Amino acid sequence: MEGTVAGARRSLEELFALDQLLSSEELEIAAVVRRWVEEAVKPSVAEWFESGELPARELALELGKLGVMGMHLDGYGCAGLGAVAYGLACLELEAGDSGIRSLVSVQGSLAMKAIHAFGSEEQRQQWLPPMAAGEAIGCFGLTEPDFGSNPAGLRTVARRSGGDWILNGSKMWITNGHIADVAVVWARTEDGIKGFVVPAGTKGFVASPIHHKLSLRASATSELVFEDLRLPADATLPGGIGMRAPLTCLGEARFGIAFGALGAARDCLRTAIDYSTTRIQFDRPIGGFQLTQKKLAEMALEWGKGMLLAIHLGRTKERGQVLAEQVSAAKMNSTQTSLEIARECRAILGANGISLEYPVARHMVNLESVYTYEGTYEMHTLVLGRALTGLAAFT
Amino acid sequence: MKIAAFVKQIPDQAAPQALDPDSFRLVRSGKMIIDDSDSYGVEVSLQLAEKLGAEVVVVSMAPGQETSGVRTALAMGAASAIVVSDDQLAGADALLTARVLAQAVSRTGADLVVAATESTDGYTGTVPAQVAALLGWPALTFAKELEVDGSTVRIKRQTEDGFDEVEAELPAVVSVTAGSVVPRYPSFKGIMGAKSKPVELLSLADLGVAAEVGERVLGVRDAEARAAGEVFEDDGTAEERIVAFLDEIKVL
Ligand SMILES: Cc1cc2nc3c(=O)[nH]c(=O)nc-3n(C[C@H](O)[C@H](O)[C@H](O)COP(=O)(O)OP(=O)(O)OC[C@H]3O[C@@H](n4cnc5c(N)ncnc54)[C@H](O)[C@@H]3O)c2cc1C
Ligand SMILES: Cc1cc2nc3c(=O)[nH]c(=O)nc-3n(C[C@H](O)[C@H](O)[C@H](O)COP(=O)(O)OP(=O)(O)OC[C@H]3O[C@@H](n4cnc5c(N)ncnc54)[C@H](O)[C@@H]3O)c2cc1C
Repeated sequence: MEGTVAGARRSLEELFALDQLLSSEELEIAAVVRRWVEEAVKPSVAEWFESGELPARELALELGKLGVMGMHLDGYGCAGLGAVAYGLACLELEAGDSGIRSLVSVQGSLAMKAIHAFGSEEQRQQWLPPMAAGEAIGCFGLTEPDFGSNPAGLRTVARRSGGDWILNGSKMWITNGHIADVAVVWARTEDGIKGFVVPAGTKGFVASPIHHKLSLRASATSELVFEDLRLPADATLPGGIGMRAPLTCLGEARFGIAFGALGAARDCLRTAIDYSTTRIQFDRPIGGFQLTQKKLAEMALEWGKGMLLAIHLGRTKERGQVLAEQVSAAKMNSTQTSLEIARECRAILGANGISLEYPVARHMVNLESVYTYEGTYEMHTLVLGRALTGLAAFT
Repeated sequence: MKIAAFVKQIPDQAAPQALDPDSFRLVRSGKMIIDDSDSYGVEVSLQLAEKLGAEVVVVSMAPGQETSGVRTALAMGAASAIVVSDDQLAGADALLTARVLAQAVSRTGADLVVAATESTDGYTGTVPAQVAALLGWPALTFAKELEVDGSTVRIKRQTEDGFDEVEAELPAVVSVTAGSVVPRYPSFKGIMGAKSKPVELLSLADLGVAAEVGERVLGVRDAEARAAGEVFEDDGTAEERIVAFLDEIKVL
């Protein structure tokens, strides 16, 4: 049997027998997203990254047609798929670029999830079908200039004025902000923190791009400013009061990152493996040197372990038993592992490693954002620390 | 009307490929997927079916009751599939493949077969014409465009200076070229829906086809490495020499 042949080259997936953990539909979904990324993202993404501009509308429509947007939600035009299928889609998207995965994470897991879980029936009917189709883009405004890791301190405030709400404040580092049709904004009210559904173009709402980024350049990142922004009474998300609501959404997006980051790492690893078998120095492919092989073998191991953890987490989530700390653990592991893999692969590519002609440096700098957003590595460390000791080192 | 779309399921071409050194057969151990050439045939079939209100049935011969490539075609929109699998088919040549496929087509009651021009792994490019001959149907090959008007099937065949228009009466076999359409992405809903579409698994006995292979592969050798091209140092005459060379190989 070929299965027992020693010395044959193996793919990363084969080394860890990953396909055996996935259903044929999950494999098919991953294959479709992979093909879309090959055709629609990879040929152009270096250019988008370099120019800092993304044809987000077109991409959103194509992603909507595939069924990616809000694919893990039920009803309202969403595909209603399982957690692992969603994770695999994130992985394939991020193998293209973390910015494309961010577009989808923010759309599906943050903006749509907030409306799906905490919105009124009218809000769901109005926003979810066009968002699932990719016709409407959403953003999620929690972080503020002075409140990142500690969002509970946020200062954006919504006051009542007759039956209406008046919103004042600002949000920072908001993915999709200036391209969004609708913003889910978290603000302080006299009853506690609440979510507001803010259509783009409402008077008093300005979203502007953040420039000079050296990471996630193929992604819109924005500052949102609200100045005496008047919203009707029914603009609040009625289902969620307090930090639990935004944190629920962040948990969803974080789950996607546990898979997604490993997609960027896979692309780096595949690129480095290819490169190492074709780049000749001292009359030999550099992949024939033991130092290179040690790097590749150790990276493959870390990647495979990360995948096994991510898939296990997905199955746990599908059974409805996942703990927030488990998601934190996988987010920590995947972002750290992937960032290290990207840096090591960068070195294997030598000077070519710093070029946009190869995907590695792009993934590497993207992963710096992924390491930081959705809860920094440090904050998740403290979450695990608290879980292990019962002592909170923060709050 | 029913359209039989041929789908060859082949090893993922992105994975490393190997020939078995003893049997000279392709090692088919890894994941099998729809041959990219056939995704064009499926797309052509689906577009035609949508226009005519017809139904597309996928026909495939593959080892080990493989269906993953067939599922892709079902997720794209085909209604059902027939997969012929039999240990006796290991090492089947193109003619036996054609016998099996022709027999399977008869079972579907299809009046039109759409195949690709040649497969990506075996690429003998002979199966569609053989199937047509076995069924006694006309073969319309190398189709860039395909339309059906009543009982007439009409194709445009790309040629060096334009295209031929060829027509025949149904039933018929058409082989299409890649690049004529853009194969659709199966949507997630399509993928989930494909689970419940009927896939009929058949053996040679079910079809009443004997496993006769008339051909034996005696040996396989590596192709000769391509000789390096001729390099012209431009001493002012390079242009002339290039023109002369192109003239000599008759491309001018
Ligand atoms: C590209 C990009 C896109 C983003 N998109 C969005 C979005 O769509 N919506 C949104 O709401 N936000 C978004 N963010 C914001 C992101 O969530 C925050 O940047 C993140 O939560 C960290 O906040 P901060 O940048 O203010 O860092 P800070 O909280 O100021 O942290 C700075 C450093 O201090 C560390 N630190 C903080 N507190 C502690 C502690 N108690 N113990 C130990 N170390 C600590 C942190 O880990 C970090 O290393 C995005 C960020 C980026 C970079
Ligand atoms: C390296 C190699 C060399 C070979 N040499 C020969 C040879 O010289 N002579 C010979 O007779 N055989 C040969 N074979 C075997 C041949 O490839 C197989 O018999 C194969 O099943 C049919 O031929 P093909 O793939 O070349 O088909 P083609 O004629 O190239 O296929 C054209 C189209 O027919 C349809 N089709 C073909 N096979 C199937 C299928 N199994 N299921 C559904 N649709 C299908 C597809 O639409 C396909 O695109 C060779 C195989 C290999 C791997």
